[in-house]
Amino acid sequence: MDGLRFLVVEDSPTMRQLISFSLKRFKGCRIVEAVDGVDALKKLQTEEVDMVLTDINMPVMDGLKLVSLVRQNVKTKDLPIVIITTEGAQEDRDRGLALGANAYISKPIQSSHLLKVIGEILEKNG
Amino acid sequence: MAEDHNDLFKKSQEFLQMLSKQKDFIHDLLRENERLRYQVASLQTSSGDQTQLAMELEHLRRRLEQTEREKKELREAYQRVEDENKDFAQRYVEIEDQNNNLANLYVASYQLHSTLDFQEVVHIVMEIIINLIGAEVFSVMLLDEKTNELGVIAHEGYDDGITFPAIRIAEGVIGEVSKTGEPYYINQASEDYRVDFLHPIACIPLKIKENVIGVINIHKLLVQKDAFTAVDYELFSLLAAHAATAIFSSKLYSQSERKLTTIQGFLDLLTTPASKG
Repeated sequence: MDGLRFLVVEDSPTMRQLISFSLKRFKGCRIVEAVDGVDALKKLQTEEVDMVLTDINMPVMDGLKLVSLVRQNVKTKDLPIVIITTEGAQEDRDRGLALGANAYISKPIQSSHLLKVIGEILEKNG
Repeated sequence: MAEDHNDLFKKSQEFLQMLSKQKDFIHDLLRENERLRYQVASLQTSSGDQTQLAMELEHLRRRLEQTEREKKELREAYQRVEDENKDFAQRYVEIEDQNNNLANLYVASYQLHSTLDFQEVVHIVMEIIINLIGAEVFSVMLLDEKTNELGVIAHEGYDDGITFPAIRIAEGVIGEVSKTGEPYYINQASEDYRVDFLHPIACIPLKIKENVIGVINIHKLLVQKDAFTAVDYELFSLLAAHAATAIFSSKLYSQSERKLTTIQGFLDLLTTPASKG
């Protein structure tokens, strides 16, 4: 799991930093940051990434719309996506997963849990 | 004469038969003797085997005892390793938790001191309360030194149309926290708890040394969060000190910026040559 490339989509600088901080446990990983869904789509056109970690509540374009658009794009349709959000209700979780997210994590996040979830997705995807 | 001869023949015949029987008897005796000698010899051999067997048994018994001792020692060593393993696993989890807590504290502290813009600092305080503590309904109050009252400067999650009352020092839970500088918590609100501004589930003073400059009121946690955790109390302590200094410094900076702009305006007026005519 060395040299992974993550796209972290978060409008909160605090959360971006915290998630990036956790991801640095993956040796040699590279982190691309985006502040909303539109910014993320632009970054996906120019950057090669192995996984997307996105918030839901963001200005301009929310995380659910982003998940939906990533899944519709031929180039990115198989990209693993993890939703990290304050929306912890079961219906929100179901909606996120139904749109095609591989995992759904509620805030506040535990670094170890985030890494475990990412590890499981990568293992599943070979 | 012939009669005597016959009688003698008969007797000799009988004698021969008797001799023959004796011969058979002697043969039988010899065979029996042979068999008994063989049995004696066998018994002697068997007795030797039994002695050797007994020795081997004794040896095996000792080996078994030694193996049992080794097995016991191995079992004890395995148990020790197992206990150590459990201990290491437990410590690993604790270190992971501490690592997570430190990451949270580091990021919170880093972000709080990343700007001198008052609004940005307040926004970061709110981000920390939402994302790191997991609060859904909360407010930030600052003390107005002129009126000596606490007023809400930022809030999240309250019903539309709510009016936030000004809180006097020592008035109610919030006023008491601002007076004493001691945080107030209800670790787990009761199920029938409804948001009541005057009765938060947590009230954290924002302190610079012993001076309280404001408070953070938490009225409700996110649906996925049942209660405060250890890291939350650490974050409260961090917020109490760092958020206070960050808010205070940014306020001072904004004021000094305004004053600087005003002075600069005056200086510009004084140094600009008066237009002729």
